[in-house]
Amino acid sequence: MTNPLFIGLDIGASRTKVAVIDMNGSLMGHAVNKSGTDFSLTAAACLDRALEMAGATRSRVLRAVSTGYGRTNVSFITNTSKTEIGCLARGCHHAFPEAITVIDIGGQDNKIVKLDSAGRRSSFKMNRKCAAGTGAFLEEMASRLDLPLERMNDLARQSDDMVKLGSYCTVFSATEVLENIRHGKKVSDIVKGIFYSVIKRVLEMDSLTERVVMSGGVVAHNPYIVEMAAEMIGRPVLLPEFPQLAGAIGAALYARDDKSQGES
Amino acid sequence: MADESKTGRKKIQATDTMNRLMADYFYGLNEAAKSGRQKVAWCTSVGPAELLRAMGFAVHFPENHAALLGATRMSTDLIPAANAIGYSPDICSYLTADVGAHLTGITPLAKAYPGIEAVPRPDVLVYNTNQCRDVQDWFAWYARELNVPCIGISSPKNIGAVTDAHIDDVARQMEALIPTLEEIAGARLDMDRLRETVSLSRECTELWKRVLETATVTPAPLTFFDGTIHMGPAVVLRGTREAIDYYTVLLAELEERIAEGAGAVDGEQYRVYWDGMPVWGRLRQHSELFAGLGANVVASTYCSSWIFPAFDGNDPIRSMAKAYLELFIVRSDSYKEQYIQEMLRKFRIDGIIYHDAKTCPCNSNSRYGLPQRLETKTGIPNLVISGDLNDLRCVSDEQTKTNVEAFIELIEEGK
Repeated sequence: MTNPLFIGLDIGASRTKVAVIDMNGSLMGHAVNKSGTDFSLTAAACLDRALEMAGATRSRVLRAVSTGYGRTNVSFITNTSKTEIGCLARGCHHAFPEAITVIDIGGQDNKIVKLDSAGRRSSFKMNRKCAAGTGAFLEEMASRLDLPLERMNDLARQSDDMVKLGSYCTVFSATEVLENIRHGKKVSDIVKGIFYSVIKRVLEMDSLTERVVMSGGVVAHNPYIVEMAAEMIGRPVLLPEFPQLAGAIGAALYARDDKSQGES
Repeated sequence: MADESKTGRKKIQATDTMNRLMADYFYGLNEAAKSGRQKVAWCTSVGPAELLRAMGFAVHFPENHAALLGATRMSTDLIPAANAIGYSPDICSYLTADVGAHLTGITPLAKAYPGIEAVPRPDVLVYNTNQCRDVQDWFAWYARELNVPCIGISSPKNIGAVTDAHIDDVARQMEALIPTLEEIAGARLDMDRLRETVSLSRECTELWKRVLETATVTPAPLTFFDGTIHMGPAVVLRGTREAIDYYTVLLAELEERIAEGAGAVDGEQYRVYWDGMPVWGRLRQHSELFAGLGANVVASTYCSSWIFPAFDGNDPIRSMAKAYLELFIVRSDSYKEQYIQEMLRKFRIDGIIYHDAKTCPCNSNSRYGLPQRLETKTGIPNLVISGDLNDLRCVSDEQTKTNVEAFIELIEEGK
């Protein structure tokens, strides 16, 4: 096959991400959608959109790898899967080929993955069975504040007197938010406090190495969280071009290199 | 990554023999309680069982019953009954499952063994806090509920070397139990019988150790998950000839497997150590998960905790005191580190999994930096999984699966 394409499908608990790459690992197309209740249908729709962006059809797809919670729901395109931790590591190391610590803030999970300069994982941590510090936490807080999720980033930037939230339980934090509303605190200060809480929860999961990369939907849509995190850890944080697609790109890279699925 | 369907696990043929042995044990207990021919003592799993057995008691182990509640996945429905009377969901889920079962009038024994309707009613409750305080609170609940005497031993915790002072203390506490037990049993303690019982326990423990150490061979002929089932006789029948006979049969089968080069997991590629409690309600899933990835959990702290090298029939009480103090769970973190490090070497381990059991802090060794210290020392990677022994409300299957799969990927990358 000439100019074959490789697909990575990251079917997350919250969002489905699809990346299309070529033999050189260049991103040719991508799509993101809510995972919804039919992972297979959502993945197929994302795949077609991503291929359309790449100006191609499914006939040009040579291999695909899936990852994420719904990784076994995409048999229409592949039965090969890798863990999201592996794909995330691969995608981030592709963007920054050096020893890095990846902090991924996803819809349901947070992950900290440490990689050596060759991209080999030396350790990883996932959040405990708790939504603290995840996208689900932000969604819950946005709902409590009656705010569209996409407004949170701009509001947090406007804060000049951040509210501190002490609890690491989503339910208790919601109570704290209500208490602050009752005391007349500004919404922007509460939102910044919520962002601060997210970063604190993630940073307490593990120690960091020198070079830190952040990825995931939460940082893709809330760049202010990255700025706050950089300030908190005292050094710049690297961000791939498409932070939300890091896992999907990693899966696509695995697909490219997985000769066991068949050659062109 | 290996496909789960392509790898398999081998059944241990001696399982049927063990099942018959355990059935005889439970029917014997039931008969003792119903007929009144033998007094019934409830004992904590690493309590002074030899003393009770030598005094003629039929011995029931509530922890064994609680594990059965977990393995049959009944526990999660029963725990709330104990929560509702003030026993927190944060405390031992063996305790809450067992108390919940009592409150609800349910036992897995009734389903497994026709004719048994209930757990044998105790004449005395005997604990040893060498594991945790919860066992004492657990037995205290039954003491109030059933109006039965509750006596026991308060062991020190977090100790490095086991000293004569520790042994003197526990041996004296053990001796102090004897008059009460004699009164309930209606007979004096026969020291010769105690010596013989302790000697039988020693023989049992040596065989159990040899069973577990067959897994030092690659491929290992048994898994941790097999061990959690086959340790039954070492827990409830130590001090009896039947347990010794059983482990002789099991050992022969495992040695035969070794001679044939047959591993418990087809295509064993990775050797894993498990620290902490099993997730009883997920034994099969976890066993399949690891086997499907070409990984065998070849050794564990948990199964090895029923090895008691100190038992000595010539000095029964002091040696029991020593044996029940030398337990891993009684010891300091620096001892635990050395112990696990030696296990990693002996079993040639590629990675360690620490099960952080929500309701069992004393069996969760990942909470005071031990995994990090040990990884720095040995270079062997570790994974901490959150879960619980009996409360499946604290278990996330998807997170466990992703974590374990990613961990095996990590080991694979490092090979």
